[in-house]
Amino acid sequence: MDPAHAEPAALTPLVQFRDVAFAYARPARGRERTFAFPGLSFTVERGEIFGVIGPNSAGKTSLLRLLTRVLRPQRGEIRLAGRPVGDLAPWALAREVAMVPQEAPRPFPFTVEQLVLMGRYPHAPGRFFEDAADITAARAAMAATETLALAPLPLEQLSGGERQRALLARALAQEPRLLVLDEPTAHLDLRYQAETAALLRGLNRERGMTILLVSHDLNLAAELCDRLLLLSAGEVARVGAAVDVLEQGLLESVFGCHVTVDKSPSGRPVVQLAYERG
Amino acid sequence: MTDARRLARALAALSLVLLAVGVTALFVGSAELSPSAVARALAGRAEASSVEAIVTLSLRLPRVAAAVLAGAALAVAGVGFQALTRNPLAEPSVLGVSSGAAFGVVLAQILGLSSGIVAALGAAVFAFAGALLAATIVYLVATAPGGLAVQTLLLTGVIVGIFFSAAITVIISVVDFNRLTGVIHWLLGNLGPIPAASLALFAVLAGAGVWLILKSARELNLLALGEEASRQLGVDAERLKRRVFVAAALLTGTVVAFTGPIGFVGLIVPHVLRRLVGQDNRFLVPTAALAGGAFLLAADTLARNVVAPAELSVGVITAFCGAPFFVWILRTRSRPL
Repeated sequence: MDPAHAEPAALTPLVQFRDVAFAYARPARGRERTFAFPGLSFTVERGEIFGVIGPNSAGKTSLLRLLTRVLRPQRGEIRLAGRPVGDLAPWALAREVAMVPQEAPRPFPFTVEQLVLMGRYPHAPGRFFEDAADITAARAAMAATETLALAPLPLEQLSGGERQRALLARALAQEPRLLVLDEPTAHLDLRYQAETAALLRGLNRERGMTILLVSHDLNLAAELCDRLLLLSAGEVARVGAAVDVLEQGLLESVFGCHVTVDKSPSGRPVVQLAYERG
Repeated sequence: MTDARRLARALAALSLVLLAVGVTALFVGSAELSPSAVARALAGRAEASSVEAIVTLSLRLPRVAAAVLAGAALAVAGVGFQALTRNPLAEPSVLGVSSGAAFGVVLAQILGLSSGIVAALGAAVFAFAGALLAATIVYLVATAPGGLAVQTLLLTGVIVGIFFSAAITVIISVVDFNRLTGVIHWLLGNLGPIPAASLALFAVLAGAGVWLILKSARELNLLALGEEASRQLGVDAERLKRRVFVAAALLTGTVVAFTGPIGFVGLIVPHVLRRLVGQDNRFLVPTAALAGGAFLLAADTLARNVVAPAELSVGVITAFCGAPFFVWILRTRSRPL
């Protein structure tokens, strides 16, 4: 770990949402009502894997946009390691927080290597070409995500899963303290889901990287995350360990459907739709 | 090979091409001068009043310089607009920005700006304002909330272009024709001889525009991933967009002020280069400057000689190349834009 990341076992949580209120000026495309966070508060501790779950339009993606400062809260404050994110320069924030989006729009066919090298931008915004250290960091990130062999290929030629891993490599090239993922397994088949989960767990354990992920896959979230935040219409329905959050009654009221909750061999809860009762 | 080396090699190769085209342009023309006479004039060993000295130094050389500057400026403006709009078909004439600039120049002319460098500067300022106005309209309409399809941008550009062309026609119809001498010829895109002082101003303005876009090239790569993604990677997207927008409008306005609206250079040159050097704007911008210069110079040399002793407007040549090219790009792209 580089020295900047090794602060004196700071006691402040890595991420703090303090009474964050936000409303879209007008409804997003195809959405009827204006979505809002009335006042959201939660914290993400250093070194944990934190999962955000909840129904569609509960505000999961908006939460990520607020954290990465694509959106600004109308009230309240978001702090990163004790500092308000609003005070950070764009590149300074991108050195701390790296985002893995669901899909990258791709009007121009960049290669995987070019994409991953873009993750080095915040480390030297004034540089025209990346230097040797940047290239080393990018190759390490590609090695960690098994995308080295894809390096010269244009993004258009990749499968959804390969593209997902290339985006993860770009985020790792940022060498962030907090890795943020939006639906990390949405485009992946079973094998790559398992590999991605293992990779994230490895990054968390071996490099102490804090991870915040948004997922529709409740069971993956239960398996992977130390704590879960269940969002319901912009408010915290519950936050805590998977066993406390994935509770039949709570899930049924938030998602509005019938579910059963069992236990996996590892003792984590497993949520299933209860079709027969529908 | 490192990127810097690869770029240096590409630029060296293009410089040779530009040099070859430049030499050809100096040696051919409707005045039938022998190569040795041209060489004598270039070496400064011909009498100042001799035909070879006048044709070579006062007609051909400034024209070569103007063509190179205009071609470089238009090609780089094309790269800039393409990165800004994330649309590989965007370029000054397609977006209607050239028409906006032309409207500015016609307006400057009827306001009766005196001749010489003041007129050149005035025309450049008016052209820049017109380009900025047209680009802003296109941008505001095409990026209205709700997210419009990419073709909307092109359609909006065409409409804005038609609007400004109509406004020019109104001025031409209303104003005493004698005050608009040469406007028709100029509106077709024409590289007449430009006085040295104006040429210097042209070079300064074009250089400033190219520099601003070149400096933003790395950030433009990130912007290609989408505005949200570029911000999450640490780009100050608003500032970047403003800078490139102004620079591309400056380049377009400058070219229109000095040579008239010449279309399609910003489409053809970057598109060919994307195949040769890839999508990286750090390669595209500097290579587009050289290749754009070479392309327009070649087109102008053709325009001067193909129907000699008469002359075609260079804009005619670029439009004849550009229009089929546009259709071809539209049809061969595998994905919908």
